[in-house]
Amino acid sequence: MSLLELAAQNLLSPMVLFFALGLAAALARSDLTVPEAVAKTLALYLMLSIGFKGGAEIAASGVTARMVGVVLMGIALSFAIPVIGFLILRAVSRLSRVDAAAVAAHYGSISIVTFIAATEVVRGQNIPFEGYLVAVAAVMETPAILSALLLARKGQERSGGNGGSLGSLLHEVGLNGSVVMLVGSFLIGWATGQKGLGMIAPFIVDPFRGVLCLFLLDMGLVAGRGMREGARHLSPPVLGFGIVMPLLSAALATLAALPLGLSPGGAALFITLAASASYIAVPAAMRLALPEAKPAIYLTLSLGVTFPFNLSLGIPLYMALAGLVAG
Amino acid sequence: MQTHLKKRVEIVVEFPVLRRLLDRLDRAQVTGYTVVPALAGRGHDGPWSSEGLAGDAGRMVMVVCITDPTRLDPVLEEVYAVVSRQIGIVAVSDVQVIRAEHF
Repeated sequence: MSLLELAAQNLLSPMVLFFALGLAAALARSDLTVPEAVAKTLALYLMLSIGFKGGAEIAASGVTARMVGVVLMGIALSFAIPVIGFLILRAVSRLSRVDAAAVAAHYGSISIVTFIAATEVVRGQNIPFEGYLVAVAAVMETPAILSALLLARKGQERSGGNGGSLGSLLHEVGLNGSVVMLVGSFLIGWATGQKGLGMIAPFIVDPFRGVLCLFLLDMGLVAGRGMREGARHLSPPVLGFGIVMPLLSAALATLAALPLGLSPGGAALFITLAASASYIAVPAAMRLALPEAKPAIYLTLSLGVTFPFNLSLGIPLYMALAGLVAG
Repeated sequence: MQTHLKKRVEIVVEFPVLRRLLDRLDRAQVTGYTVVPALAGRGHDGPWSSEGLAGDAGRMVMVVCITDPTRLDPVLEEVYAVVSRQIGIVAVSDVQVIRAEHF
């Protein structure tokens, strides 16, 4: 299937169309909303499902040296991408050092929902992928935050000025609910294997795509509200960064995937992880660690610009890139 | 009925720093507090709403604490240590309570 055919098929998938519905509803100021508690429950469900299924696949395939290599490469990318993003933002925009570091942190970390959407596209094409990429997603959440703190440090009078040390920050980020749910479900899936998966498949496998559609509707609503209220905070160079940075990260991840020996599906998901930008774990960490950074900039950019781009055009492109480096 | 003068401290703060704020209030040995979710509002950077948010950034909560006037300054110092750099507001007002020994 060509890149254009893949992109067209992706754009017409229920997931993307429900996201578009939410986006359009928010931009048109509809009163359509998903209650906060429901949104959090849907997010927990998706983490549970994707984590458990990844763990069950590891139970079948076992831990390999290749898996360790992919995990280490993921950590290295998460450390490196914020540095590149920070330097670009400082060169092309007038963002302060702290704002640039906070934005860069989002691009070094990952979006688990983008990852989940990509797994559905890969599955839809009947392309196999390595289940341990869920673990790669989990370990790529945090290193970017550390990179961003180091980049911003010169711009701060002192760190942890809101009553917290770096240790307490790492504790709060490491035990963030989404990380605990994802890693915990992964470990339970690993421990119980295919037998465990069979026991709860009617809950975590069959309804998965429908729940994902509902969650993406909510993401569209939140992204639309963010764009409506936050777009004025984004200058043209910063807006452009929201599209260019995922492409740069994808190019870097494509090179990084070359020696890893991933399957085409695995490489596509690895590239997607690198190209995605966080909007759940990192924004909360930035409010703790860099409170001077403006959330209207990094949340609007990550959720209102990069997420829709990745969901609609990015994922097919990353699948095409994966075809170049995976056998 | 006899009433007693106390100070009511209202802190509207970002959810991610809530735990740190409550730790500080505990350290200030306040006798109690109540946390109330905030649904939506408007601040210096425009309107905000917690509807549909899957993450904690962007969510706001209000912490209400009633304390004796003699202990107000230590409480405010602890609160300020957390909220000085964050989005939010702190307000202090006079209130009358029925049971003085509770605060």
